[in-house]
Amino acid sequence: MYEKNGEKYFIVDSHMHFWDASPENWVAGHENYAKGWIDCFHAYQSLGPPETHWSIEHFQKPSEEDLMKDVFEDGHVDVAIFQPTYLLEWYRNGFNTTEQTGALAEKHPGRFVVNARWDPREGDAGLKQLEEDVKRWGSKGVKLYTAEWKDTSRGWTLKDPEAYRFLERSQELGIKNVHVHKGPTIWPLDKDAFDVSDVDHAATDFPDLNFIVEHVGLPRIEDFCFMATQEPNVYAGLSVAIGGLMHARPKFFAKVMGELLFWVGEDKMTFGSDYNIWEPKWQIEGFVDWDYPSDEFSDYPRLTTDTKKKILGLNAARLYDIEVPAECQLSSASSEPASQDDAALVTQEEARV
Amino acid sequence: MTATATNPTGTTATTGDVDDTASVTARVVAALGTVRDPELDESITTLKFVASCTVDERGTAQVRLRLPTYFCAPNFAYLMVADAHDAVSGVDGVSRASVVLDDHFASDAINAGVAARAGFVASFEGEAVDELDTLRADFVRRAVLAGTDRVCRPMLAAGTPASAFAGMTLGDAPHTPDRERLRQRRAELGLPSGDDSPLVVDAVTGERVVDTDLPMHLNRSRLTRVSAEANSGVCRGLLRDRYPETATISSPDSTHTEAAS
Repeated sequence: MYEKNGEKYFIVDSHMHFWDASPENWVAGHENYAKGWIDCFHAYQSLGPPETHWSIEHFQKPSEEDLMKDVFEDGHVDVAIFQPTYLLEWYRNGFNTTEQTGALAEKHPGRFVVNARWDPREGDAGLKQLEEDVKRWGSKGVKLYTAEWKDTSRGWTLKDPEAYRFLERSQELGIKNVHVHKGPTIWPLDKDAFDVSDVDHAATDFPDLNFIVEHVGLPRIEDFCFMATQEPNVYAGLSVAIGGLMHARPKFFAKVMGELLFWVGEDKMTFGSDYNIWEPKWQIEGFVDWDYPSDEFSDYPRLTTDTKKKILGLNAARLYDIEVPAECQLSSASSEPASQDDAALVTQEEARV
Repeated sequence: MTATATNPTGTTATTGDVDDTASVTARVVAALGTVRDPELDESITTLKFVASCTVDERGTAQVRLRLPTYFCAPNFAYLMVADAHDAVSGVDGVSRASVVLDDHFASDAINAGVAARAGFVASFEGEAVDELDTLRADFVRRAVLAGTDRVCRPMLAAGTPASAFAGMTLGDAPHTPDRERLRQRRAELGLPSGDDSPLVVDAVTGERVVDTDLPMHLNRSRLTRVSAEANSGVCRGLLRDRYPETATISSPDSTHTEAAS
């Protein structure tokens, strides 16, 4: 919990990791990819405040003690949601698997939510693994990374019939939340790999699943926002938006926040630190203090304390059925999180402009 | 005798004939300035993607490009290397051009493919179905949307009501670099781009946008611009971390830059 000016914020870090990208875990012959991947992440960390930067060695493999201190002790987080990223082509034991994060979660009951993942290219074996993971870890969410390499394949899309088989099975197993992350490669390479239209299809065909588009669709914020107005079950995961822009590009951050509040709405935006790319502490403290820097942004919806409470924890708590202490609830009854009708409201509001 | 010429992008020319090679180098740099990152719609020299550029006395131009990350999208990377190769090859005084992308997971495939003028499908055998024309056009359309906001937003701020845009022409907008940039992008797509063409057009059909469609169109234009500028901001930050020396090289165009706080 974070407290500021008498207001208490329940914090759900809805997108974070516990990874091992140390050279010992690199796949022989694929060292360049393993190194390139973690170096790229490390560069993202440089967009945060200088005093929060780590050495590459520390960054490659934080310890359990680092994580518990950075996220919970110093970082104000109440519940953290592990989002797995396997990358078995490059990392021998996986980059950040459900197994790795689950082991940590078991040692600290009540602190973590462990999400599973799937890859439609794994077929029946993948479905079986998903079932085992959901049973083993009690997962209510999955993280999907469509740009993951597998043998000669450079990615997949949610439009694949095989992906629909996995979505159906996920739903049967009790999965509610599907976190989607786009990356630079997908087959075929001549298409825009960051295109989010496949999420649009899946969200329409699976109205009882929530689709949280991580990194707010970056670098396709425009496509993501427009889709989110039309799909009531599409959410904006703010990881990277806050970490990558709030400090380094404050003016662009203000514009991105303004657009998200306008198109997506405060009831469908969820905070994620993307730990250990960035520590949650400075992001949460900075966001609670944040407002538009000038009148230049007067066209955009305002942020209230309740807006920030929703984004920092209450929205994700609702998606994952996490109990929130009464003292951290919204300050006024009038701003209860809206139902799925909010997409229509945004559209109406938009038409009046 | 050997001389070295430097310019704002950090390029150098080493030559036995100062005047000739220096002027060829200047033309090569200018040609590189016309090459855009298709995704960000900004010049690769403004973005500091040109790591080095040399021209020798025989007219051999050697250009090295670099990108913000090892995993930048290979299709856009290919377009930039291919476009740079074409632009430099066309410079008067250049007899041979070599354009190479460094530090990228697909450097080998891209460099070999561009050098052989093989095209994208052949360069990524089995991984691509089509050449990149459709992808490029899609992003020029986004540039038209973003450019529409750059032209219209200041007019709104100056008091022009949005409803008035429906009846206005491109020539009615103030003569600014942003307007000319918008005109150029529209022309690239074959959309109406003369002074007498509508100010706000559909980026696919070129039809004038009117009435109830106009507010939505302007909102989408603003959103598209915000998205592109945020991406550009992230890319600049990542490039600065990857190649720290870029922090000391001034950019010839600061229109879309913003100092880190």
